This record gives sequence, C-alpha cells and structure tokens, in this order.
Amino acid sequence: MTAFVLRRSLQSILVLFVMSLIVFAGVNLVGDPVDMLINPEADQQEIERVIKDLGLDRPVTEQYWYFLVNAFQGDLGKSFVFGEPALKLIVQRMPATFELALFSLLIAVVFGIPLGIYAGLKPASKVSRTIMAGSILGFSMPTFWVGIILIMFFSVHLGWLPSTGRGDVATVFGITSSIFTLDGLSHIFLPAFNLALFKLSSVIRLARAGTREIILQDYIKFARAKGLSEKRVINVHLLKNILIPIVTVIGLEFGSLIAFSTVTETVFAWPGMGKLIIEAIYNLDRPIIVAYLMIIVLIFVTLNLIVDITYSLLDPRVRIKGEG
Amino acid sequence: MPPILEVKNLQTHFFTKAGVLKAVDGVSFEIGAGEIIGLVGESGSGKSITGFSILGLVDEPGRVVGGQILFKGQDLTTLAPADMQKMRGSRIAMIFQDPMMTLNPVLRIETQMIEAIQTHDSSVGKDEARQRSRDALGLVGISSPEERMRAYPHQFSGGMRQRVSIAIAMLNRPDLIIADEPTTALDVTIQGQVIHEMQKLCKKTKTALLWITHDLAVVAGISNRICVMYAGRVVEQGPNEALIGNPMHPYTNGLLGSVPSQNRRGEPLQQIEGIVPSLLNLPVGCAFENRCGNALAECRQSAPDEVTMDDQRVLRCFNRVK
Amino acid sequence: MAQGSTGGQITAGQQAGSQAGWRKLWSDYSESPLAVAALFVFATILFIAIFAPFVSPTDPYDLATVDIMNSRLAPGSEDFAGNLYILGTDGAGRDMLSSIFYGLRVSLGVGALSGLIALIVGAILGLSAAYFGGRYETIIMRIVDIQLSFPSILMALVILAIFGKGVEKTIIALILVQWAYYARAARASALVEKNKEYVEAAKCLALGDRRIILNHITPNCMAPLIVVGTLQTAHAISLEATLSFLGLGLPITEPSLGLLIGNGFEYMYTGDYWISIFPGIALLITIVSINLVGDQLRDMFNPRLQR
Repeated sequence: MTAFVLRRSLQSILVLFVMSLIVFAGVNLVGDPVDMLINPEADQQEIERVIKDLGLDRPVTEQYWYFLVNAFQGDLGKSFVFGEPALKLIVQRMPATFELALFSLLIAVVFGIPLGIYAGLKPASKVSRTIMAGSILGFSMPTFWVGIILIMFFSVHLGWLPSTGRGDVATVFGITSSIFTLDGLSHIFLPAFNLALFKLSSVIRLARAGTREIILQDYIKFARAKGLSEKRVINVHLLKNILIPIVTVIGLEFGSLIAFSTVTETVFAWPGMGKLIIEAIYNLDRPIIVAYLMIIVLIFVTLNLIVDITYSLLDPRVRIKGEG
Repeated sequence: MPPILEVKNLQTHFFTKAGVLKAVDGVSFEIGAGEIIGLVGESGSGKSITGFSILGLVDEPGRVVGGQILFKGQDLTTLAPADMQKMRGSRIAMIFQDPMMTLNPVLRIETQMIEAIQTHDSSVGKDEARQRSRDALGLVGISSPEERMRAYPHQFSGGMRQRVSIAIAMLNRPDLIIADEPTTALDVTIQGQVIHEMQKLCKKTKTALLWITHDLAVVAGISNRICVMYAGRVVEQGPNEALIGNPMHPYTNGLLGSVPSQNRRGEPLQQIEGIVPSLLNLPVGCAFENRCGNALAECRQSAPDEVTMDDQRVLRCFNRVK
Repeated sequence: MAQGSTGGQITAGQQAGSQAGWRKLWSDYSESPLAVAALFVFATILFIAIFAPFVSPTDPYDLATVDIMNSRLAPGSEDFAGNLYILGTDGAGRDMLSSIFYGLRVSLGVGALSGLIALIVGAILGLSAAYFGGRYETIIMRIVDIQLSFPSILMALVILAIFGKGVEKTIIALILVQWAYYARAARASALVEKNKEYVEAAKCLALGDRRIILNHITPNCMAPLIVVGTLQTAHAISLEATLSFLGLGLPITEPSLGLLIGNGFEYMYTGDYWISIFPGIALLITIVSINLVGDQLRDMFNPRLQR
C-alpha cells in the first residue's frame, strides 16, 4: 500500500512538472511575455525594471528555472488590477469556491445515487423513465442558462431565495463556511444546485448502469438466497460494487465542478476564484491567470491521486495487485 | 416419515415479449430428510428454474403460475415475501454453479458469513457469529480458517471458493440445500473432493440435497433418487439403481448412452440427434417426439401423462424402452 | 408523413446501388420515434439557420428598420406601425424571433465549422497513431489523455485567455478542445480495423501507407466518428454559447445565441424574461435534438446492441 501511494505521488509530481512547463510555454513562448506579464499601463522605465525583475532578458531555460523556483516559493507575480500577490488573491477566494463545489457534489451524490439505483432496479417504470429523461435534459442544458432560469423562477418570480453573492458565514469546528448559517444556506442553494445539475445527471447514469449490471450477477442472487433483506442486498452488496466507478468519476468530476464554477460564480456573483479568473481574463490580468492555472493543475493532480488511493481502498482486487 | 419437500405440478412461466415461455410446466417430485435427489437435464430443460422457484427467486418476467411447493407441509408459493425471506438461507439454502461469481468480490468472507447468520437470528452476537463461521469453514476443509476469514474471495482458488459457499449454505443448519451444478465449473479432481465432502456433510447433518446437474454420471454415484427433466417436465424419475440400471424413457436411455461406461467398453458413444424444441412453442404432443427413436403416431397427438410403475418409478412415455 | 420526407432527404443524392444500404440505415434509425422527431426538429433548425435572412420577419441588424422606441416590447405586442413581434423585442428594439434565427446561424456555423476541422485533425492524428504505432502513437495518445483529463470549459478559457477573444480565436479554441475526442475514437476503431485481413491484403499488394489509411481504413472507421461528431457538435455549440455568454467568445458583431442570452440577462431582474429565455429555449432545443440524434446513431452503430 505504501509503495503504491509513493509511486502514484511520484507520478503526480511528474505531471505537475510537465504542466508547469506547458503553462510556462503558453505564457512565455506563444505570446510576447512582455505583453503578457507586464501591466499595459506601465511606462518604459517600469517595463525595463520588470523585464529585469522577471529575468526576461535571460535565456529561456534560465527563465523557466526562475519561474519554477518562484512558483515553488508561492510567488506567481502581482495582480495588475489589485496590486497584490496573485496567489494570495486566489487563495483568499478558494474557500468560497470549494464550499460551492463540495455542496454541489453533495447534492449530486445524495440525490443521484438513489435515483440512479431506482432507475436501474425498475428500468421500465414511469418514474424511472422520468428520471432518465431528466438526466438527458440535465446533460443538454448549458449551465449558465439553467442558472438564469433558476434566478428567474426562484428569485425574481417567487422571491424565495437570493440570487447573488455569498451569505453570512459562521465557524464550526474550525471550518468557516456559509452552510452553517440560514442566510448562508439560502445563498448557496441556487448556485450549488445549478452547478450540481450536470454532475447529478452523470451520477444518475452511472448508478443506473452499474445497478443494471451488478443486479444480474450471481453474487446478488446468492445474497438473496442467503435470506438477506432486500435493503441489505441493495445497501451493501449492490452499493459497494457500484460505488467503485462512481467514486472514480466523482473524484475526477470534482475538478470539473471547480472548472464549471467559473460560469456559475459569474451568473450568481459568487465571490470565488472562478469569478476572479473570468474577470482577470476580461482585464488581461495575466499573473492571476497564470496563478489560477497552476492552482487548478495542482488541484487536478491532487484529486487524481486521492481518487486512485480511494479506489484501491474500495476495490480489494486493485489493492492486492498494488501490494504485489 | 413425511418428506421435507413436496413439489406438486409446479409451473413457472416467463412472460416475454415473444410470448409465454413455459420453463417449468408440471413438475412433481419429493425429497425426504437426509435424501439426495438428482435433478438432471440439459440446459434449458427447466432444472435451474425449478430450483429458483423453490427458493422464490425467479427473475422477472418469470412467475410461478401453478402448483404447490410444500416444505414441511407449508406451501411456499403462498408464503408472504417476508416469510419466504426468513426461509431462505435458514431452512433452505442454495449453492450456485460458478464459485467465482457467487461471492461478492468487495466484501470479506467474514462479512458474507456473519451477515448470513445475523440476518436470521439477530440475537447472535458478532463474536459468536464469527466463531460459528470459523467452525463452518473448518468443517468444509479449509485450513487455518481464522486467517482465511479476513480474506477477499479473489484470494481463494475456485475449489476453495465453492467450499466457502458450501460453508455459507450450511451455516444455519438448513433442512434442504439446493445445489445448482455445484461442481461443473471445477477441475475434475476438485469436483470429486467437493462431491464427497457434500455427501458426507449431508449424511452427518441429515440435510436433504437437491442436486441439479446436466451430468447424469455425477448424480448416479451419490443420489437416492433421480429426476430426469426435458423441456420443462420430468420425463422419468425413480430410485437411482432402477433408473440407471433399467432406463425406461428413451431420453434417459439416450443420456445414459452418451456417458462412457465400463459395461460397454469399446462401443461407440451414442448421441441424441436434434435439438430441444423452443419453449415458446412447444408441440401438442410429447416434446421429445422429434428426437425419439421410439416415437409412435400418438406421440405427436397428445403428451403422455405421468404413470407410476411398480418399482416406484414415474414415467411419461407411450412407448417405453424395453 | 414526416418520416417519409426525412427519409427522402437521406437517400437523396445517393447512387442507386447504395439505396438498399441507406434504407436499412433508415429503418434502424426510425425504430425510435423520438429520434425521428429529433431529426425532424434538427432539420428544421438547420433550414432556419441556413435561410435566416429569408425566413426572418425583419433583419435585426439593419439599423434602418430597428427603432429604439420599440425596445423591450412583450411577446405578441405590435408597434405603432402594426408590426407584430411574436417573441417580443430586446433592449435595442430588435425583433427577438429574427435575432434568434440569425443567432442560430452563427451558433450552428461556429459549432459545425469547428467540429469539422476538429474531426479532420483528430481523425488524421488518431488514425495515423493507430496505423504507425510505436513512440508516435504513445506521444499522441498521452497528449490526448492529459487533455481529456481537464474539463473542456477550462481548456477553452485558457486558450482564450492566452489568445484573446474573436471569431477565429473562438473557433481555434473549440477545435483545440475537441480534436482529442475524435483522435481517441478514430484510434480505437482503427486499431480494430488494422488487424483485419483486408488491411493485411492491401499491405501485401504493397499499397502505400497513405492509400491504405485513406482508402481502406478510414471508410470503416466513419461510423464511430460520425457518432462522436454529432455529440461533440452539440457540446461545441453549448461551449461556444457559454463562452459568448461570459463575454469571452464571439464579439458583439457576431451575435450567437449565447450572446443574446447574455444580453438579456441584465433585464432578468426587471421581469423582461423573454429577452433571455427565448434564445435559451432555442439553444436548448438545438442541443437536445442533436444529442438525441447522436444517441440513436450510437445505439445503431454499437455492435454490442446489434440484434
């Protein structure tokens, strides 16, 4: 197990390294780094100073080395707009985004797995057909448009829930989050549901496909032949088997939730890093863009690592192979 | 002594889009305590569906549509689902064909054994259940059961897994075990061991055994009575020696002819020409008529009824082998 | 009747020899009434998009006909001149219905063009990777794997962040996002075809690599590529709409559906729902109909489901 974790960690570091190379190349080689990294409003003197600071007058390999060293020390440049370190700005907004993404994931899992299992157990029933039709819609509807519809219906028309911003936060067990206050919950519900819809559809599909496959297996029949209750057969024997692919996908989808939160955060004016990056792209605030990319890559690589390890914990077959 | 299980005119049909498939159509037999009955037939003869019908585990779109399954005098076909569930695994257990597929790959052996005990008797504590599971594993010949209980199914060989499922089936001391081709997927040497093991266990615990197989040779060696099924019906049943020594139905005769035997050394093996008719569209007459060497004109017009012979044999045939 | 006419469209222009093949294809396809309806809807949308200038009641971008006095008219209202606005007007007084027709044109055009180029690029790379194998294949497929592990929206944002916005840049971004899907599908089916006897035979005839790939392997890999193409085009249209909504995709001079929705977003809170909702419904119908067609094609070509 330790060897497995170690090997996967090394692989992750390698990917991280490669991605830093790509981001560096994207920013420094595709465009003119002077344009990209220096505030367009700076005067000539300032430009020269920054060129020296960033080492843009040095050979490319040396530049990359400095980029790496600086990045490793958490220095990814200063925002042109805010005049503050880019990394700090992003880290400040990270909790809001993570909170939104986690809450969405929760919605997707809590509703998606039972609905998917139901649709898999009774594929011909009307309810199941409705569930599946809903999941096709969930796949097809662009996130931003669903967001608009939610705002129109729940905020403008019914006036039940607020449509913009993050609500009050409270700290429980050292975790500061808006889900601990009523105001916070009312603010997070719409954006989280919006973000969750796409994942909900894919969790439903996965759970349904898994259920339909597993339910035909002999070990399910054997479990029933042992006299187990239908509840135990489904909650233990079936669920544990369909969870394996679902956990893998959910883990990887968490990354895409973070990516798609750019859209949801913009629609709902949610003060997270997704809204920040969209604004940075508008304002050509390159250091923020670079910092965001590096952070996102780090998140993805870490997620992949966690997923692989969880997967091996869930599926004894993989775990044993990893040991051997 | 009254029999443990009496199956009377059982009918299990599948309501498919293509029509009604009569997988089991009027099967009757009985099993006494501690008896071993061989239920023999080729695939599609309805032998496995008969087994699942007894357990109340027929998959959609199948249904038991007629007949009685009397277990210790109680009709299982009219039992409420919750009561039937209590019956399964405690009074009637089942062992499946493929040991690679019958144990849940993501649960420890221990979990799968303990749940089988606790689901039927919640007063049993975890430690006691574990103790009983360990003893059961020891009984079926698994060495160092203590450690093996913590293992996952894929860490066992095929023969060992089948022993585990036998141990699970025996856990609650059932009165009847339905074994659906329990040795078919095993190597020949292991087959012998498992057969021997099961015979020994059943004798010791007075458990009745319904052994479902396509291989007449397997049950010929161990069973008290043999039922031969063809196209959803029992065509011939009787005491082991009578049926093997003096088959009366042409189908039984054909099956025996296709088994290598010492008595007919050097003679070519026979085979039964033709295929089983579609269960969706069975003929009015005898289902075996189109493959039968003894067929008469009347075999086409009506299906023979069951006739009880003097040697406790039940036969469905107009023109038996003489 | 709808069935007959759409069937006619499919067989039209085909040689008599392949008529039977197309008929079989159609009879497989028409097994699902929903898929037939979706195809009909999509054909209608395509027609509207192509002939937008002729089917639109007004030209929404002709300044001479647009009057700011008519801004934000509710659906079904008439202006002083007696012109009917079935879906109302937007903030600048443009007829929504006409804007949507023109928007469909832009959205479908960008989606189809980027999809087509991505298909060609992806198919070439995927097929050649499968055919030549070795290190070339490893490198291409590794790039595909890494790219596909990142969500498409993120890839598109990165590309637009580096290159800036604009029509060509949006199309480039969509191509770069999509090619990997085609490459993966092309390689997977080419790997199967590669080992079949007819390829072996072609090699024995000493045919050139290019000829074997183009004339022998490619035609047999078309089915999965068409399926991926249909579903990807829907995805590209959705992605373009998202980017344009965010103001990072197409410029204001090329108003796609996404841009129309974005424009209407600000009127949302005042209750002028139609400016945002109707373009959204048009977008949704487009995407759903393409997805349904794609799903049916996938089921048709899936060998595992073949009866």
